[in-house]
Amino acid sequence: MTPSLLYAFAGAGLCGIGMFGFIQLRHLLRKLLAFNLIGSGTFLVLVGLAQHGQGPDAVPQALVLTGIVVSIAATALAIVLIRRYFHLSGHTSLEADDSDSGQGGAE
Amino acid sequence: MITAWLMAGLLFTPLAWAVLCLLLDFSRGRLVSCLGITVQVLVSLGLWVAVAREGGFLYGLGGWEAPLGIELRVDGLAVTFILLTAIVAGACGLHASVYLAPDNAWYRYFWPLFWFLWAGLNGVWLGGDLFNLYVGLELLSLSAVGLVALGGGINALRASLRYLLAALLGSMAYLLGVALMYGQFGTLSIAGIASLLPETQALVGPGMAMALMLSGLALKTALFPLHGWLPPAHGIAKSPVSALLSALVVKASFYIAARLWLEFGHELGSTAVAQLIGGLGGAAVIWGSWLACRQSQLKQVVAYSSVAQIGYLFLLFPLTFAVSDTASLQAQQGMTLQVVSHALAKAAMFLAAGNLILATGSHQVAGLAGVSHFLPFSLFSFGLAGVSLMGMPPSGGFAAKWMLLQASLASGQWWWIVVLVAGSLLSAAYVFRIYQASFVAKTGVDDFYHPPGSLEVIPLLLALMSLGLALVAEPLLSVMALSLETGGAP
Repeated sequence: MTPSLLYAFAGAGLCGIGMFGFIQLRHLLRKLLAFNLIGSGTFLVLVGLAQHGQGPDAVPQALVLTGIVVSIAATALAIVLIRRYFHLSGHTSLEADDSDSGQGGAE
Repeated sequence: MITAWLMAGLLFTPLAWAVLCLLLDFSRGRLVSCLGITVQVLVSLGLWVAVAREGGFLYGLGGWEAPLGIELRVDGLAVTFILLTAIVAGACGLHASVYLAPDNAWYRYFWPLFWFLWAGLNGVWLGGDLFNLYVGLELLSLSAVGLVALGGGINALRASLRYLLAALLGSMAYLLGVALMYGQFGTLSIAGIASLLPETQALVGPGMAMALMLSGLALKTALFPLHGWLPPAHGIAKSPVSALLSALVVKASFYIAARLWLEFGHELGSTAVAQLIGGLGGAAVIWGSWLACRQSQLKQVVAYSSVAQIGYLFLLFPLTFAVSDTASLQAQQGMTLQVVSHALAKAAMFLAAGNLILATGSHQVAGLAGVSHFLPFSLFSFGLAGVSLMGMPPSGGFAAKWMLLQASLASGQWWWIVVLVAGSLLSAAYVFRIYQASFVAKTGVDDFYHPPGSLEVIPLLLALMSLGLALVAEPLLSVMALSLETGGAP
Protein backbone atom coordinates (compact mmCIF):
# COMPACT_ATOMS: atom_id res chain seq x y z
CA MET A 1 0.00 0.00 0.00
CA THR A 2 1.48 3.32 -1.07
CA PRO A 3 1.05 6.45 1.07
CA SER A 4 -1.15 8.07 -1.58
CA LEU A 5 -3.49 5.10 -1.51
CA LEU A 6 -3.63 5.51 2.25
CA TYR A 7 -4.94 9.04 1.70
CA ALA A 8 -7.60 7.70 -0.63
CA PHE A 9 -8.74 5.12 1.92
CA ALA A 10 -8.77 7.74 4.69
CA GLY A 11 -10.89 9.90 2.38
CA ALA A 12 -13.31 7.06 1.78
CA GLY A 13 -13.53 6.53 5.55
CA LEU A 14 -14.27 10.23 6.12
CA CYS A 15 -16.97 10.07 3.45
CA GLY A 16 -18.56 7.14 5.25
CA ILE A 17 -18.52 8.90 8.63
CA GLY A 18 -19.90 12.08 7.07
CA MET A 19 -22.64 10.20 5.23
CA PHE A 20 -23.67 8.48 8.47
CA GLY A 21 -23.78 11.81 10.29
CA PHE A 22 -25.65 13.52 7.48
CA ILE A 23 -28.44 10.98 7.62
CA GLN A 24 -28.43 10.29 11.35
CA LEU A 25 -28.07 13.74 12.94
CA ARG A 26 -31.07 16.04 13.30
CA HIS A 27 -29.46 19.33 14.28
CA LEU A 28 -29.07 21.36 11.10
CA LEU A 29 -25.62 22.73 11.93
CA ARG A 30 -24.37 19.20 12.64
CA LYS A 31 -25.80 18.06 9.33
CA LEU A 32 -23.88 20.88 7.67
CA LEU A 33 -20.66 19.84 9.43
CA ALA A 34 -21.25 16.28 8.28
CA PHE A 35 -21.64 17.58 4.72
CA ASN A 36 -18.28 19.35 5.04
CA LEU A 37 -16.76 16.09 6.28
CA ILE A 38 -18.05 14.28 3.18
CA GLY A 39 -16.58 17.08 1.09
CA SER A 40 -13.14 16.80 2.70
CA GLY A 41 -13.21 13.04 2.27
CA THR A 42 -14.07 13.39 -1.40
CA PHE A 43 -11.20 15.83 -1.94
CA LEU A 44 -8.79 13.42 -0.24
CA VAL A 45 -9.95 10.61 -2.54
CA LEU A 46 -9.58 12.89 -5.55
CA VAL A 47 -5.99 13.87 -4.69
CA GLY A 48 -4.93 10.49 -3.27
CA LEU A 49 -6.18 8.25 -6.05
CA ALA A 50 -4.80 10.37 -8.86
CA GLN A 51 -1.09 9.98 -8.01
CA HIS A 52 -0.53 6.91 -10.21
CA GLY A 53 3.01 6.55 -8.85
CA GLN A 54 4.53 9.20 -11.09
CA GLY A 55 4.44 12.05 -8.62
CA PRO A 56 1.81 14.70 -7.98
CA ASP A 57 -0.74 15.45 -10.68
CA ALA A 58 -1.69 19.12 -11.17
CA VAL A 59 -5.24 18.56 -12.40
CA PRO A 60 -6.80 17.16 -9.21
CA GLN A 61 -5.21 19.98 -7.21
CA ALA A 62 -6.95 22.49 -9.45
CA LEU A 63 -10.18 20.53 -9.12
CA VAL A 64 -9.97 20.43 -5.34
CA LEU A 65 -9.36 24.17 -5.25
CA THR A 66 -12.54 24.71 -7.26
CA GLY A 67 -14.35 22.16 -5.12
CA ILE A 68 -13.39 24.00 -1.94
CA VAL A 69 -14.72 27.27 -3.34
CA VAL A 70 -18.00 25.59 -4.27
CA SER A 71 -18.37 23.97 -0.86
CA ILE A 72 -17.64 27.25 0.94
CA ALA A 73 -20.37 28.90 -1.11
CA ALA A 74 -22.78 26.08 -0.28
CA THR A 75 -21.89 26.23 3.41
CA ALA A 76 -22.37 30.00 3.52
CA LEU A 77 -25.79 29.73 1.88
CA ALA A 78 -26.80 26.95 4.25
CA ILE A 79 -25.71 28.95 7.31
CA VAL A 80 -27.71 31.99 6.19
CA LEU A 81 -30.80 29.85 5.66
CA ILE A 82 -30.38 27.96 8.95
CA ARG A 83 -29.90 31.21 10.87
CA ARG A 84 -32.98 32.82 9.40
CA TYR A 85 -34.99 29.63 9.94
CA PHE A 86 -33.89 29.56 13.58
CA HIS A 87 -34.81 33.21 14.08
CA LEU A 88 -38.26 32.73 12.59
CA SER A 89 -39.18 29.36 14.05
CA GLY A 90 -36.91 28.78 17.06
CA HIS A 91 -36.18 25.25 15.85
CA THR A 92 -32.79 23.78 15.06
CA SER A 93 -34.03 20.76 13.12
CA LEU A 94 -36.41 20.26 10.24
CA GLU A 95 -38.40 17.40 11.76
CA ALA A 96 -39.25 19.23 14.97
CA ASP A 97 -42.62 20.43 13.78
CA ASP A 98 -43.73 18.24 10.96
CA SER A 99 -46.99 17.94 12.83
CA ASP A 100 -48.13 21.41 11.78
CA SER A 101 -49.44 22.14 8.31
CA GLY A 102 -46.13 21.12 6.70
CA GLN A 103 -46.36 22.89 3.40
CA GLY A 104 -49.13 25.26 4.32
CA GLY A 105 -50.08 28.28 2.25
CA ALA A 106 -47.55 30.95 1.50
CA GLU A 107 -47.42 34.23 3.27
CA MET B 1 -15.49 31.56 -35.51
CA ILE B 2 -18.69 33.46 -34.90
CA THR B 3 -20.20 30.31 -33.39
CA ALA B 4 -17.39 30.19 -30.81
CA TRP B 5 -18.28 33.73 -29.75
CA LEU B 6 -21.94 32.77 -29.53
CA MET B 7 -21.07 29.85 -27.24
CA ALA B 8 -18.90 31.95 -24.95
CA GLY B 9 -21.66 34.58 -24.92
CA LEU B 10 -24.17 32.04 -23.70
CA LEU B 11 -22.12 31.61 -20.54
CA PHE B 12 -20.81 35.11 -20.04
CA THR B 13 -23.98 37.10 -20.66
CA PRO B 14 -25.88 35.51 -17.74
CA LEU B 15 -22.88 35.83 -15.42
CA ALA B 16 -22.32 39.46 -16.36
CA TRP B 17 -26.02 40.24 -15.99
CA ALA B 18 -26.11 38.52 -12.60
CA VAL B 19 -23.34 40.78 -11.28
CA LEU B 20 -24.91 43.83 -12.89
CA CYS B 21 -28.34 43.11 -11.38
CA LEU B 22 -26.78 42.66 -7.95
CA LEU B 23 -26.05 46.39 -8.02
CA LEU B 24 -29.57 47.45 -8.98
CA ASP B 25 -32.96 47.40 -7.27
CA PHE B 26 -35.85 45.30 -8.55
CA SER B 27 -37.36 47.80 -11.00
CA ARG B 28 -34.04 48.75 -12.62
CA GLY B 29 -33.02 45.12 -12.62
CA ARG B 30 -36.23 44.38 -14.50
CA LEU B 31 -35.32 46.80 -17.29
CA VAL B 32 -31.77 45.47 -17.57
CA SER B 33 -32.98 41.88 -17.45
CA CYS B 34 -35.51 42.36 -20.23
CA LEU B 35 -32.62 43.52 -22.40
CA GLY B 36 -30.56 40.53 -21.29
CA ILE B 37 -33.38 38.08 -22.05
CA THR B 38 -33.62 39.49 -25.57
CA VAL B 39 -29.88 39.08 -26.05
CA GLN B 40 -29.93 35.51 -24.75
CA VAL B 41 -32.87 34.48 -26.94
CA LEU B 42 -31.20 35.95 -30.04
CA VAL B 43 -27.84 34.31 -29.26
CA SER B 44 -29.51 30.95 -28.64
CA LEU B 45 -31.40 31.22 -31.92
CA GLY B 46 -28.15 32.12 -33.67
CA LEU B 47 -26.35 29.11 -32.25
CA TRP B 48 -29.27 26.87 -33.17
CA VAL B 49 -29.16 28.04 -36.78
CA ALA B 50 -25.37 27.62 -36.85
CA VAL B 51 -25.54 24.05 -35.52
CA ALA B 52 -28.46 23.15 -37.79
CA ARG B 53 -26.34 24.28 -40.74
CA GLU B 54 -22.86 23.03 -39.79
CA GLY B 55 -23.35 20.39 -37.09
CA GLY B 56 -21.87 20.27 -33.60
CA PHE B 57 -18.36 21.26 -32.55
CA LEU B 58 -15.95 21.59 -29.64
CA TYR B 59 -14.57 24.85 -28.32
CA GLY B 60 -11.86 25.44 -25.73
CA LEU B 61 -12.82 28.51 -23.70
CA GLY B 62 -10.24 31.29 -24.07
CA GLY B 63 -7.98 29.07 -26.17
CA TRP B 64 -7.14 26.82 -23.22
CA GLU B 65 -7.38 23.15 -24.03
CA ALA B 66 -8.56 20.42 -21.66
CA PRO B 67 -7.68 19.21 -19.03
CA LEU B 68 -6.81 22.56 -17.41
CA GLY B 69 -8.97 24.68 -19.68
CA ILE B 70 -12.73 24.49 -19.95
CA GLU B 71 -13.82 22.71 -23.07
CA LEU B 72 -17.32 23.36 -24.32
CA ARG B 73 -19.11 21.05 -26.70
CA VAL B 74 -22.32 21.61 -28.56
CA ASP B 75 -24.34 19.12 -30.58
CA GLY B 76 -27.92 18.97 -31.80
CA LEU B 77 -29.32 17.87 -28.46
CA ALA B 78 -27.42 20.49 -26.46
CA VAL B 79 -28.45 23.31 -28.77
CA THR B 80 -32.09 22.21 -28.61
CA PHE B 81 -31.99 22.40 -24.83
CA ILE B 82 -30.26 25.78 -24.99
CA LEU B 83 -33.04 27.15 -27.15
CA LEU B 84 -35.64 25.56 -24.86
CA THR B 85 -33.96 27.19 -21.86
CA ALA B 86 -33.96 30.57 -23.58
CA ILE B 87 -37.68 30.31 -24.36
CA VAL B 88 -38.85 28.98 -21.00
CA ALA B 89 -36.51 31.03 -18.78
CA GLY B 90 -37.25 34.14 -20.84
CA ALA B 91 -40.99 33.59 -20.43
CA CYS B 92 -40.64 32.97 -16.68
CA GLY B 93 -38.47 36.08 -16.31
CA LEU B 94 -41.01 38.27 -18.11
CA HIS B 95 -43.83 36.76 -16.06
CA ALA B 96 -41.89 37.35 -12.84
CA SER B 97 -41.21 40.97 -13.77
CA VAL B 98 -44.96 41.62 -13.57
CA TYR B 99 -45.91 38.97 -11.00
CA LEU B 100 -43.48 39.92 -8.22
CA ALA B 101 -44.31 43.11 -6.36
CA PRO B 102 -41.38 45.53 -6.40
CA ASP B 103 -42.16 46.80 -2.88
CA ASN B 104 -40.83 43.62 -1.21
CA ALA B 105 -37.18 44.42 -0.46
CA TRP B 106 -36.11 40.78 -0.81
CA TYR B 107 -37.12 40.61 -4.45
CA ARG B 108 -34.17 42.71 -5.57
CA TYR B 109 -32.20 39.48 -5.27
CA PHE B 110 -34.50 37.73 -7.72
CA TRP B 111 -32.67 38.92 -10.84
CA PRO B 112 -29.11 37.98 -9.79
CA LEU B 113 -30.31 34.51 -8.75
CA PHE B 114 -32.30 34.16 -11.97
CA TRP B 115 -29.23 34.93 -14.06
CA PHE B 116 -26.95 32.63 -12.06
CA LEU B 117 -29.53 29.90 -12.59
CA TRP B 118 -29.49 30.51 -16.33
CA ALA B 119 -25.66 30.45 -16.40
CA GLY B 120 -25.69 27.13 -14.55
CA LEU B 121 -28.17 25.66 -17.01
CA ASN B 122 -26.15 26.72 -20.04
CA GLY B 123 -23.00 25.40 -18.34
CA VAL B 124 -24.61 21.99 -17.94
CA TRP B 125 -25.88 21.82 -21.53
CA LEU B 126 -22.49 22.85 -22.93
CA GLY B 127 -20.13 21.11 -20.48
CA GLY B 128 -17.91 18.44 -21.98
CA ASP B 129 -16.20 17.04 -18.90
CA LEU B 130 -17.42 15.57 -15.66
CA PHE B 131 -16.04 18.26 -13.37
CA ASN B 132 -17.43 21.25 -15.26
CA LEU B 133 -20.79 19.53 -15.20
CA TYR B 134 -20.42 19.36 -11.41
CA VAL B 135 -19.68 23.08 -11.18
CA GLY B 136 -22.64 23.91 -13.43
CA LEU B 137 -24.87 21.67 -11.36
CA GLU B 138 -23.80 23.33 -8.10
CA LEU B 139 -24.32 26.84 -9.47
CA LEU B 140 -27.76 25.71 -10.55
CA SER B 141 -28.70 24.12 -7.22
CA LEU B 142 -27.47 26.97 -5.05
CA SER B 143 -29.30 29.63 -7.03
CA ALA B 144 -32.43 27.45 -7.18
CA VAL B 145 -32.39 27.06 -3.38
CA GLY B 146 -31.97 30.81 -3.02
CA LEU B 147 -34.95 31.40 -5.30
CA VAL B 148 -37.15 29.03 -3.28
CA ALA B 149 -36.27 30.79 -0.03
CA LEU B 150 -36.64 34.28 -1.54
CA GLY B 151 -38.88 36.45 0.59
CA GLY B 152 -40.61 33.46 2.13
CA GLY B 153 -41.65 32.60 5.68
CA ILE B 154 -40.88 29.59 7.86
CA ASN B 155 -42.42 27.07 5.51
CA ALA B 156 -40.50 28.37 2.51
CA LEU B 157 -37.27 28.25 4.51
CA ARG B 158 -37.94 24.73 5.68
CA ALA B 159 -38.68 23.61 2.11
CA SER B 160 -35.56 25.30 0.78
CA LEU B 161 -33.36 23.82 3.52
CA ARG B 162 -34.68 20.37 2.74
CA TYR B 163 -34.00 21.04 -0.93
CA LEU B 164 -30.49 22.30 -0.17
CA LEU B 165 -29.59 19.24 1.93
CA ALA B 166 -30.84 16.85 -0.77
CA ALA B 167 -29.00 18.78 -3.48
CA LEU B 168 -25.74 18.87 -1.51
CA LEU B 169 -25.84 15.14 -0.76
CA GLY B 170 -26.58 14.45 -4.43
CA SER B 171 -23.67 16.56 -5.67
CA MET B 172 -21.26 15.02 -3.17
CA ALA B 173 -22.17 11.51 -4.33
CA TYR B 174 -21.66 12.68 -7.91
CA LEU B 175 -18.30 14.28 -7.08
CA LEU B 176 -17.09 11.13 -5.33
CA GLY B 177 -17.94 9.22 -8.49
CA VAL B 178 -15.98 11.77 -10.53
CA ALA B 179 -12.98 11.31 -8.21
CA LEU B 180 -13.06 7.53 -8.71
CA MET B 181 -13.37 7.96 -12.48
CA TYR B 182 -10.37 10.30 -12.56
CA GLY B 183 -8.36 7.92 -10.37
CA GLN B 184 -9.03 5.10 -12.81
CA PHE B 185 -8.70 6.81 -16.18
CA GLY B 186 -6.72 9.99 -15.52
CA THR B 187 -9.12 12.04 -17.63
CA LEU B 188 -12.38 13.86 -16.99
CA SER B 189 -13.66 14.20 -20.53
CA ILE B 190 -16.76 12.09 -21.10
CA ALA B 191 -15.67 11.22 -24.63
CA GLY B 192 -12.17 10.31 -23.40
CA ILE B 193 -13.47 7.93 -20.74
CA ALA B 194 -15.90 6.37 -23.22
CA SER B 195 -13.00 5.61 -25.58
CA LEU B 196 -10.88 4.11 -22.77
CA LEU B 197 -13.65 1.94 -21.34
CA PRO B 198 -13.69 -0.94 -23.88
CA GLU B 199 -10.01 -1.75 -23.16
CA THR B 200 -10.37 -1.62 -19.40
CA GLN B 201 -10.28 -4.96 -17.61
CA ALA B 202 -11.17 -4.07 -14.02
CA LEU B 203 -14.66 -2.62 -14.21
CA VAL B 204 -15.39 -2.66 -10.46
CA GLY B 205 -14.01 0.84 -9.82
CA PRO B 206 -15.74 2.56 -12.74
CA GLY B 207 -18.90 0.57 -11.99
CA MET B 208 -18.93 1.91 -8.44
CA ALA B 209 -18.23 5.42 -9.73
CA MET B 210 -21.13 5.11 -12.17
CA ALA B 211 -23.44 3.89 -9.40
CA LEU B 212 -22.44 6.82 -7.17
CA MET B 213 -22.91 9.38 -9.93
CA LEU B 214 -26.25 7.98 -11.04
CA SER B 215 -27.66 7.81 -7.51
CA GLY B 216 -26.52 11.36 -6.78
CA LEU B 217 -28.14 12.58 -9.98
CA ALA B 218 -31.30 10.58 -9.28
CA LEU B 219 -31.58 12.34 -5.92
CA LYS B 220 -31.19 15.73 -7.64
CA THR B 221 -33.73 14.79 -10.32
CA ALA B 222 -36.20 13.62 -7.64
CA LEU B 223 -36.59 10.10 -8.97
CA PHE B 224 -38.97 7.98 -6.86
CA PRO B 225 -38.36 7.18 -3.94
CA LEU B 226 -35.95 10.14 -3.55
CA HIS B 227 -38.61 12.70 -4.53
CA GLY B 228 -39.55 13.84 -1.01
CA TRP B 229 -37.89 17.24 -1.27
CA LEU B 230 -39.48 18.27 -4.58
CA PRO B 231 -43.20 18.88 -3.88
CA PRO B 232 -42.68 21.19 -0.86
CA ALA B 233 -39.98 23.21 -2.64
CA HIS B 234 -41.80 23.53 -5.95
CA GLY B 235 -45.14 24.03 -4.27
CA ILE B 236 -44.15 26.87 -1.98
CA ALA B 237 -41.89 28.89 -4.27
CA LYS B 238 -43.31 31.87 -6.13
CA SER B 239 -45.05 30.66 -9.30
CA PRO B 240 -42.45 31.89 -11.85
CA VAL B 241 -39.76 30.24 -9.70
CA SER B 242 -41.73 26.98 -9.51
CA ALA B 243 -42.04 27.09 -13.28
CA LEU B 244 -38.27 27.50 -13.70
CA LEU B 245 -37.51 24.71 -11.24
CA SER B 246 -39.95 22.17 -12.63
CA ALA B 247 -39.39 22.97 -16.28
CA LEU B 248 -35.61 23.30 -16.39
CA VAL B 249 -33.65 22.68 -13.19
CA VAL B 250 -34.60 19.02 -12.68
CA LYS B 251 -33.91 18.37 -16.37
CA ALA B 252 -30.28 19.44 -16.01
CA SER B 253 -29.35 16.62 -13.64
CA PHE B 254 -31.38 14.19 -15.72
CA TYR B 255 -29.51 15.32 -18.85
CA ILE B 256 -26.18 14.46 -17.21
CA ALA B 257 -27.47 11.06 -16.06
CA ALA B 258 -28.77 10.31 -19.55
CA ARG B 259 -25.48 11.30 -21.16
CA LEU B 260 -23.50 9.14 -18.74
CA TRP B 261 -25.81 6.21 -19.45
CA LEU B 262 -25.65 6.58 -23.22
CA GLU B 263 -21.85 6.91 -23.21
CA PHE B 264 -20.83 4.41 -20.50
CA GLY B 265 -23.94 2.26 -20.15
CA HIS B 266 -22.86 -0.40 -22.62
CA GLU B 267 -19.81 -1.32 -20.57
CA LEU B 268 -20.86 -0.41 -17.06
CA GLY B 269 -24.59 -1.10 -17.08
CA SER B 270 -26.47 -4.34 -16.84
CA THR B 271 -30.01 -5.44 -17.63
CA ALA B 272 -30.84 -5.56 -13.92
CA VAL B 273 -29.70 -1.96 -13.36
CA ALA B 274 -31.53 -0.73 -16.45
CA GLN B 275 -34.75 -2.48 -15.43
CA LEU B 276 -34.39 -1.23 -11.84
CA ILE B 277 -34.05 2.41 -12.92
CA GLY B 278 -36.91 2.00 -15.38
CA GLY B 279 -38.99 0.38 -12.64
CA LEU B 280 -38.36 3.32 -10.30
CA GLY B 281 -39.38 5.64 -13.13
CA GLY B 282 -42.55 3.64 -13.66
CA ALA B 283 -43.30 3.72 -9.93
CA ALA B 284 -42.76 7.49 -9.99
CA VAL B 285 -45.31 7.83 -12.81
CA ILE B 286 -48.00 5.90 -10.95
CA TRP B 287 -47.27 7.13 -7.41
CA GLY B 288 -46.74 10.77 -8.39
CA SER B 289 -49.93 10.90 -10.45
CA TRP B 290 -51.89 9.18 -7.69
CA LEU B 291 -50.66 11.67 -5.09
CA ALA B 292 -51.38 14.54 -7.50
CA CYS B 293 -55.01 13.41 -7.55
CA ARG B 294 -55.18 13.61 -3.78
CA GLN B 295 -53.64 17.04 -3.05
CA SER B 296 -55.85 19.78 -1.72
CA GLN B 297 -53.58 22.65 -2.82
CA LEU B 298 -53.43 23.68 -6.44
CA LYS B 299 -49.64 24.03 -6.72
CA GLN B 300 -49.05 20.75 -4.90
CA VAL B 301 -51.10 19.04 -7.63
CA VAL B 302 -48.80 20.52 -10.26
CA ALA B 303 -45.67 19.68 -8.24
CA TYR B 304 -46.64 16.01 -7.81
CA SER B 305 -47.43 15.91 -11.51
CA SER B 306 -43.76 16.87 -12.05
CA VAL B 307 -42.66 13.83 -10.03
CA ALA B 308 -44.76 11.67 -12.36
CA GLN B 309 -43.58 13.31 -15.58
CA ILE B 310 -39.92 12.94 -14.51
CA GLY B 311 -40.62 9.23 -14.14
CA TYR B 312 -41.31 8.93 -17.88
CA LEU B 313 -37.82 10.26 -18.61
CA PHE B 314 -36.19 7.37 -16.75
CA LEU B 315 -37.80 4.85 -19.10
CA LEU B 316 -34.89 5.86 -21.34
CA PHE B 317 -32.56 3.60 -19.32
CA PRO B 318 -34.16 0.18 -20.01
CA LEU B 319 -35.27 1.19 -23.50
CA THR B 320 -31.73 1.96 -24.69
CA PHE B 321 -29.92 -0.96 -23.03
CA ALA B 322 -29.22 -4.07 -25.10
CA VAL B 323 -31.92 -3.29 -27.67
CA SER B 324 -31.82 -2.76 -31.43
CA ASP B 325 -30.51 0.56 -32.74
CA THR B 326 -33.94 1.57 -34.04
CA ALA B 327 -35.58 1.03 -30.65
CA SER B 328 -32.77 2.88 -28.89
CA LEU B 329 -33.07 5.82 -31.28
CA GLN B 330 -36.84 5.95 -30.80
CA ALA B 331 -36.39 5.92 -27.02
CA GLN B 332 -33.87 8.77 -27.22
CA GLN B 333 -36.17 10.81 -29.45
CA GLY B 334 -39.08 10.09 -27.11
CA MET B 335 -37.00 11.24 -24.17
CA THR B 336 -35.96 14.53 -25.79
CA LEU B 337 -39.53 15.25 -26.91
CA GLN B 338 -40.72 14.49 -23.37
CA VAL B 339 -38.14 16.91 -21.92
CA VAL B 340 -39.13 19.68 -24.33
CA SER B 341 -42.89 19.20 -24.11
CA HIS B 342 -42.90 18.78 -20.34
CA ALA B 343 -40.75 21.89 -19.90
CA LEU B 344 -43.14 23.98 -22.00
CA ALA B 345 -46.31 22.47 -20.54
CA LYS B 346 -45.19 22.53 -16.92
CA ALA B 347 -43.94 26.11 -17.14
CA ALA B 348 -47.30 27.10 -18.65
CA MET B 349 -49.15 25.18 -15.94
CA PHE B 350 -47.26 26.72 -13.02
CA LEU B 351 -47.58 30.24 -14.45
CA ALA B 352 -51.30 29.70 -15.06
CA ALA B 353 -51.67 28.28 -11.55
CA GLY B 354 -49.95 31.41 -10.24
CA ASN B 355 -52.48 33.56 -12.10
CA LEU B 356 -55.36 31.52 -10.70
CA ILE B 357 -53.99 31.88 -7.16
CA LEU B 358 -53.57 35.60 -7.72
CA ALA B 359 -57.16 35.80 -8.96
CA THR B 360 -58.86 33.73 -6.28
CA GLY B 361 -56.55 34.64 -3.42
CA SER B 362 -56.62 31.00 -2.32
CA HIS B 363 -54.11 28.16 -2.63
CA GLN B 364 -56.79 25.48 -2.39
CA VAL B 365 -58.23 23.52 -5.30
CA ALA B 366 -61.67 24.06 -3.76
CA GLY B 367 -61.08 27.83 -3.93
CA LEU B 368 -61.37 27.67 -7.72
CA ALA B 369 -65.18 27.53 -7.64
CA GLY B 370 -66.64 29.96 -10.15
CA VAL B 371 -63.39 30.53 -12.00
CA SER B 372 -64.62 28.99 -15.25
CA HIS B 373 -67.37 31.59 -15.47
CA PHE B 374 -65.40 34.72 -14.64
CA LEU B 375 -61.82 33.87 -15.63
CA PRO B 376 -62.04 31.46 -18.58
CA PHE B 377 -58.76 32.72 -20.01
CA SER B 378 -56.49 31.66 -17.12
CA LEU B 379 -58.21 28.32 -16.91
CA PHE B 380 -57.81 27.81 -20.66
CA SER B 381 -53.97 27.99 -20.53
CA PHE B 382 -53.98 25.57 -17.59
CA GLY B 383 -56.15 23.14 -19.52
CA LEU B 384 -54.10 23.35 -22.72
CA ALA B 385 -50.96 22.51 -20.75
CA GLY B 386 -52.88 19.65 -19.15
CA VAL B 387 -53.70 18.25 -22.59
CA SER B 388 -49.99 17.92 -23.33
CA LEU B 389 -49.30 16.28 -19.96
CA MET B 390 -52.07 13.75 -20.59
CA GLY B 391 -50.51 12.96 -23.93
CA MET B 392 -53.46 13.65 -26.22
CA PRO B 393 -52.74 14.28 -29.92
CA PRO B 394 -51.44 16.54 -31.43
CA SER B 395 -49.52 17.70 -28.35
CA GLY B 396 -45.80 17.25 -27.74
CA GLY B 397 -46.61 14.91 -24.86
CA PHE B 398 -48.46 12.65 -27.30
CA ALA B 399 -45.50 12.51 -29.70
CA ALA B 400 -43.13 11.72 -26.81
CA LYS B 401 -45.29 8.94 -25.40
CA TRP B 402 -45.91 7.53 -28.88
CA MET B 403 -42.14 7.26 -29.44
CA LEU B 404 -41.62 5.60 -26.06
CA LEU B 405 -44.50 3.22 -26.81
CA GLN B 406 -42.97 2.23 -30.14
CA ALA B 407 -39.58 1.75 -28.49
CA SER B 408 -41.17 -0.54 -25.87
CA LEU B 409 -42.86 -2.59 -28.58
CA ALA B 410 -39.72 -2.77 -30.73
CA SER B 411 -37.60 -3.98 -27.80
CA GLY B 412 -40.23 -6.42 -26.53
CA GLN B 413 -40.59 -4.73 -23.14
CA TRP B 414 -44.39 -4.56 -23.16
CA TRP B 415 -44.63 -3.80 -19.43
CA TRP B 416 -43.66 -0.17 -19.96
CA ILE B 417 -46.80 0.27 -22.10
CA VAL B 418 -48.88 -0.45 -18.99
CA VAL B 419 -47.01 2.38 -17.23
CA LEU B 420 -47.53 4.77 -20.16
CA VAL B 421 -51.28 4.10 -20.38
CA ALA B 422 -51.88 4.17 -16.62
CA GLY B 423 -49.88 7.40 -16.28
CA SER B 424 -51.91 9.10 -19.00
CA LEU B 425 -55.21 8.06 -17.43
CA LEU B 426 -54.14 9.24 -13.98
CA SER B 427 -52.92 12.59 -15.32
CA ALA B 428 -56.27 13.02 -17.06
CA ALA B 429 -57.84 12.42 -13.65
CA TYR B 430 -55.93 15.18 -11.88
CA VAL B 431 -56.36 17.71 -14.67
CA PHE B 432 -60.11 17.07 -14.78
CA ARG B 433 -60.26 17.36 -11.01
CA ILE B 434 -59.06 20.97 -11.31
CA TYR B 435 -61.66 21.55 -14.01
CA GLN B 436 -64.39 20.03 -11.91
CA ALA B 437 -63.52 22.33 -9.02
CA SER B 438 -63.52 25.40 -11.25
CA PHE B 439 -66.87 24.58 -12.89
CA VAL B 440 -68.67 24.49 -9.55
CA ALA B 441 -71.15 27.33 -9.84
CA LYS B 442 -70.67 30.10 -7.33
CA THR B 443 -73.48 32.43 -6.57
CA GLY B 444 -72.89 36.13 -6.49
CA VAL B 445 -70.92 38.53 -8.57
CA ASP B 446 -67.42 38.54 -9.96
CA ASP B 447 -65.26 39.26 -6.91
CA PHE B 448 -62.08 37.88 -8.46
CA TYR B 449 -58.97 39.92 -9.03
CA HIS B 450 -58.27 40.02 -12.77
CA PRO B 451 -54.55 39.60 -13.51
CA PRO B 452 -53.10 41.94 -16.15
CA GLY B 453 -53.11 40.72 -19.74
CA SER B 454 -49.35 40.23 -19.95
CA LEU B 455 -49.53 37.65 -17.15
CA GLU B 456 -52.26 35.78 -19.02
CA VAL B 457 -50.60 35.78 -22.43
CA ILE B 458 -47.27 34.21 -21.41
CA PRO B 459 -48.63 30.86 -20.12
CA LEU B 460 -51.01 30.71 -23.07
CA LEU B 461 -48.11 31.05 -25.55
CA LEU B 462 -46.09 28.37 -23.75
CA ALA B 463 -49.07 26.02 -23.66
CA LEU B 464 -49.72 26.56 -27.37
CA MET B 465 -46.05 25.78 -28.14
CA SER B 466 -46.26 22.57 -26.15
CA LEU B 467 -49.51 21.68 -27.91
CA GLY B 468 -48.11 22.30 -31.39
CA LEU B 469 -44.83 20.53 -30.75
CA ALA B 470 -45.87 17.31 -32.50
CA LEU B 471 -46.54 19.25 -35.70
CA VAL B 472 -42.92 20.45 -35.88
CA ALA B 473 -41.42 17.32 -34.34
CA GLU B 474 -39.77 16.18 -37.58
CA PRO B 475 -37.48 19.21 -38.16
CA LEU B 476 -36.78 19.42 -34.42
CA LEU B 477 -35.75 15.77 -34.23
CA SER B 478 -33.52 16.09 -37.29
CA VAL B 479 -31.55 18.88 -35.59
CA MET B 480 -31.46 16.97 -32.29
CA ALA B 481 -29.90 14.01 -34.08
CA LEU B 482 -26.87 16.04 -35.25
CA SER B 483 -23.90 14.67 -33.40
CA LEU B 484 -20.37 15.97 -32.97
CA GLU B 485 -18.98 13.64 -35.64
CA THR B 486 -21.13 14.98 -38.45
CA GLY B 487 -19.99 18.49 -37.68
CA GLY B 488 -17.55 20.63 -39.58
CA ALA B 489 -14.17 21.79 -38.33
CA PRO B 490 -13.99 22.60 -34.61
